[in-house]
Amino acid sequence: MKKKLFFTIIIYLHFISLFAISYNSEPKIFIQELVDDAVKTLSDKSISVEEKNETIVKIAKENVDINALSLYTLGSIRKNLDQETLSEYQDIFEKYFLKSLTSRLTDYSSQKFEVIKSDQKSSNYTIVSSKIAETVNSPEIKIDWRVYTKNPQKPLIRDLIVEGLSLAKTQKEEFASILNSNNNDVKALIKKLEEFVFN
Amino acid sequence: MILKRLNITILSILLSIGINSNVNAETENECFEKVSRGIFKFNQGFDNIILEPVAKAYNRLPEPIRNGTGNFTSNIATLLSIPNHLLQGEVKLAGHATGSFLINTTVGVLGLGNPAAALGLKNQKEDIGQTLGTYGVGGGCYFVLPILGPTTVRDGVGMVIDNNYLDAFARITWHEDKIKDVSGNKIDYLGVKAASAVDFRGDNMTNFESLEKNSIDLYAATKSLFLQDRLKKIQNSKTSDEESWGELDK
Repeated sequence: MKKKLFFTIIIYLHFISLFAISYNSEPKIFIQELVDDAVKTLSDKSISVEEKNETIVKIAKENVDINALSLYTLGSIRKNLDQETLSEYQDIFEKYFLKSLTSRLTDYSSQKFEVIKSDQKSSNYTIVSSKIAETVNSPEIKIDWRVYTKNPQKPLIRDLIVEGLSLAKTQKEEFASILNSNNNDVKALIKKLEEFVFN
Repeated sequence: MILKRLNITILSILLSIGINSNVNAETENECFEKVSRGIFKFNQGFDNIILEPVAKAYNRLPEPIRNGTGNFTSNIATLLSIPNHLLQGEVKLAGHATGSFLINTTVGVLGLGNPAAALGLKNQKEDIGQTLGTYGVGGGCYFVLPILGPTTVRDGVGMVIDNNYLDAFARITWHEDKIKDVSGNKIDYLGVKAASAVDFRGDNMTNFESLEKNSIDLYAATKSLFLQDRLKKIQNSKTSDEESWGELDK
């Protein structure tokens, strides 16, 4: 009976791994493959919007360091938080991040994307430079990706720098403004994020 | 006379609010946040009612017309970049900008074309705010101006200096001075500034929509993007946040 259960679990895990999305570990190829995959999904007319969003969320969860991003955007206040509040914040942050990510990607999905070069900043970080081709509504956009490479086998995206402007930093300063006007009460920030997520 | 007095008053007010001396830490301090947030809302209303619809209509124009408008306004802006390159000691870039202006104004038919770019001449926009930044003058506090948008004390003072002394186009049009038989008026000045604003808004239609849709505090997001952009332009490089990210990994 135990053996049967063991084999069932193994088969189940193998089955799941077939559907896991994995990309090349070299940062430049990693970004190109990941974006190609996202653009292919978003421009696929045979699947519904919900299915598209589900795939994008799956790609993001596996390849973006959402946990680190949530801590970075909270700033130094994170050091003074109790575990329960921090978990509550990280939970809503993930939902907020995934909702805004799918929205942003949908906005830019029809544009042509090209990876140009990569620059290893340290053993932990590589910046991958790319560009989105010019369209009627938008000039050419340069995008740099901050890829966390502490585990070289599993690179993770930590930031997008659009035309030299860091989205993570912008997010951090947006959160700081909300915290400042609410006596650094993280609950107020959580409430704001909930309003965004559930509306 | 009245205008000059007004300029001096504006300069004194801005300077009295204070300019810090740490250029690398582009300020996060607000001069008067409540007022700025009110003006920001007014500007959003102005954008929704006037600028965005005009920019949407502008984006429907044939590409050569839109390119010509963008080239024309950029070429005029070069007149302000040249003295600022020189004030920053960037002689090579000043040469590029001068060459670009001369070629585009003549071969490029009053700046409608941009043949200088094909010749490899760089035309980087500079203003006195950036020049002061390269001298080590910090931004001072942040505020929002009606219609003109976000700025800092340093850049607000810079705008007045540029308009009154450094920008040859503003001298000819806004101040109606004659330079070598070339003259203009305030309508010319406002027309070019309006065209430049519409061209910029049209170019960034998707970016504005995406930012508005995904921000939980649009005022703070705009402020952050503005300050990052100014810092990038002063340093003539991409902003780097290695320290904050490094701290996260400790």
